[in-house]
Amino acid sequence: MSDDKAVTIPAQTTGEPSGGAATLTKDAAPGEVLLKVTGLKKHFPIKKGLLQRQVGAVHAVDGIDFEVRSGETLGVVGESGCGKSTMGRLITRLLEPTDGTVEFEGRDITHLGVGAMRPLRRDVQMIFQDPYSSLNPRHTIGTIIGAPFKLQGVTPEGGIKKEVQRLLSVVGLNPEHYNRYPHEFSGGQRQRIGIARALALNPKLVVADEPVSALDVSIQAQVVNLLDDLQQELGLTYVIIAHDLSVVRHVSDRIAVMYLGKIVELADRELLYKSPMHPYTKALMSAVPIPDPRRKNAKSERILLKGDVPSPISPPSGCRFHTRCWKATEICKTTEPKLVELRPGQQVACHHPENFADQAPQDTVLLTAAKEAAELVADEVLAESAQTSAAVAAEVAEAAEAETEAETPEAAETPEAETEAEILEAAETPEAPEAESPEADAPEAGDSEEEPPAKEK
Amino acid sequence: MTDLSKSGAAVGEPTAASPAPSAFLEVRDLKVHFPTDDGLVKSVDGLSFQLEKGKTLGIVGESGSGKSVTSLGIMGLHTAGQYGKRKAQISGEIWLDGTELLSADPDHVRKLRGRQMAMIFQDPLSALHPYYTIGQQIVEAYRIHHDVDKKTAKRRAVEMLDRVGIPQPDKRVDNYPHEFSGGMRQRAMIAMSLVNNPELLIADEPTTALDVTVQAQILDLIRDLQKEFGSAVIVITHDLGVVAELADDLLVMYGGRCVERGPAEKVFYEPRHPYTWGLLGSMPRLDRDQQERLIPVKGSPPSLINIPSGCAFNPRCPYADLPKDNVTRTVRPELAEVGSRHWAACHLGKEQRERIWTEEIAPKL
Repeated sequence: MSDDKAVTIPAQTTGEPSGGAATLTKDAAPGEVLLKVTGLKKHFPIKKGLLQRQVGAVHAVDGIDFEVRSGETLGVVGESGCGKSTMGRLITRLLEPTDGTVEFEGRDITHLGVGAMRPLRRDVQMIFQDPYSSLNPRHTIGTIIGAPFKLQGVTPEGGIKKEVQRLLSVVGLNPEHYNRYPHEFSGGQRQRIGIARALALNPKLVVADEPVSALDVSIQAQVVNLLDDLQQELGLTYVIIAHDLSVVRHVSDRIAVMYLGKIVELADRELLYKSPMHPYTKALMSAVPIPDPRRKNAKSERILLKGDVPSPISPPSGCRFHTRCWKATEICKTTEPKLVELRPGQQVACHHPENFADQAPQDTVLLTAAKEAAELVADEVLAESAQTSAAVAAEVAEAAEAETEAETPEAAETPEAETEAEILEAAETPEAPEAESPEADAPEAGDSEEEPPAKEK
Repeated sequence: MTDLSKSGAAVGEPTAASPAPSAFLEVRDLKVHFPTDDGLVKSVDGLSFQLEKGKTLGIVGESGSGKSVTSLGIMGLHTAGQYGKRKAQISGEIWLDGTELLSADPDHVRKLRGRQMAMIFQDPLSALHPYYTIGQQIVEAYRIHHDVDKKTAKRRAVEMLDRVGIPQPDKRVDNYPHEFSGGMRQRAMIAMSLVNNPELLIADEPTTALDVTVQAQILDLIRDLQKEFGSAVIVITHDLGVVAELADDLLVMYGGRCVERGPAEKVFYEPRHPYTWGLLGSMPRLDRDQQERLIPVKGSPPSLINIPSGCAFNPRCPYADLPKDNVTRTVRPELAEVGSRHWAACHLGKEQRERIWTEEIAPKL
């Protein structure tokens, strides 16, 4: 395997030497960047009329940047229509990007043709959402899982059949089912077949698009655990796309939150769930129903978003979330926030992040839409958010004072003078009229996971 | 009602064969079987429960556990001779406010359906007619049960759309379903089901097709409307989170039968059936610290044609070998009281289960 280390893709004819070995050492050292995406865009044209002139475009993915490091799992969450599946298809090059670049192991694969992509298909594989439509009903399981070998012209040690049977046992199926057809299997078993097919060629990167959402709860857990085991055993790198935040938290090391074709927050799992910075992330997480009847009436913690996701055909100007955000001000409408690393391991695209110092403290007048949206947000939540922001702001100010060297990354973002002077003011701004009653106003603090992060430090 | 003879002992505590139920809705030993070429599919096989007005019952279970069939059975939607012209075989009793529905005149049940009991379906896009406007469909539902002119009915439709939070209801009432987003369609369907102020509302996976933020809106809406109208609600779902949000009582179904039933708090905090443990263990939770691993239930749900003998859960149960004499594989456990208003159907001893739960299961969750 070590000769694969070369940046160039091994020629197609060199058979995988390690066919039968269950454990495989991966070449890219853990932590190394395996996949790098810069400014990736996909616009689907809308054509109309006799001449099929283009009258508009669906901005499915509209400029996203991220990296996937070797050995990690990147989770991608978002609501339907946010572009997460399109993103998955772009990085596996099942779709042609409109703009931007995709680099795999340092090599630009953005515009490779079908033929040039073929050797790469060995390294990048996909697991699909629907285990019913992603398996050909007229092929046996043996044919389905053996297809990658035939397509790539690889003959594994001991023959294809033996290798397929080994794969079946790796994913927890009976190797004797080699000659059965997909309809003879249950949903969970079919998903395992899909996983076996994806693993056939020892890929480096596996992109799984909603791998468990079509499965029953008890089966979901089996598949999640299987993915976990395979990652540890084979050193796989995953990009897991899902809408279920609890599943994503369980499987991911880092998580990207998408909204209308953009990444609004990209952070380490713990940071994201303990102290989400983007208001959308916060709303999304508070909306997940908690399986705990004692919290049934803790409605106050929930942030209800107004209306629906805007159309990706003409996305809102500036920050795309400003039409539904309770913190939106004029700057959100006009200037698009960049995805910046505010805290080590947490990138956010927001002018007024939660759990952190305000990025545009001079802009305090809420938009009318924001005022309406704020009515749906409980006072306690607003108060708590103002408190934490103030606490972080104070901390940042202190840090800035102590080390003028700007060791903290956020100091690089905001001019220090501004932070100190205006942040304290920001804490008292119209967003937080309740801030004056500090401790008494945070009642559910006991079991709330939105504990101010400042206290932990 | 049909050729199925009633088996002697009904499940659960409401076994008294005499009528006069005290509860608003009472289901006794409901069985819904479908004859197919492969054999008899026992979708629901002896289910009993009660529900009072103003309360919410959550029914949870995996696909094929008989949740939806139960709801359609209560609504009386099974007898029409669908499923390849072969009728479903239904037996048992369904008492709604003093009327037994299964033996009642179908015309009478038809008058109750939509008026006294209504249903919210899972997929609003297929439950709404694409050819009629939202308004027309709500007006139809209202005029079937109320002798009013179209204008009054339309006013009522606008009022309902407004109540469920659709912006500009007077304009939106003339839209077609495809012009609504998923969340708005679900709202429109809720408006339609509530237009006659039903006393029993059955929501079959009301939020499964929706995004999580929209789901939160709809759950809130259902809760508020229930408070306002005081109706009895049955929520059917596979999502324990949704149930915890809404339900007062919980019924866990497996293989067409109830395996555990009780107040939601009890079922979540002191579950007494290994399947309920399995469900709780296989669910990643946002409100807890990260678990190392999920604890899945091994195997897959049973085929309803060949339900395992004895306890239907025995092939997947990690404790199936604990009771003596192989009883789990030969004798079907009946629901037995394990606490106040809390029943479970399991062969394991009561103390044994308490011990397993507190020592082995609960710490890992």
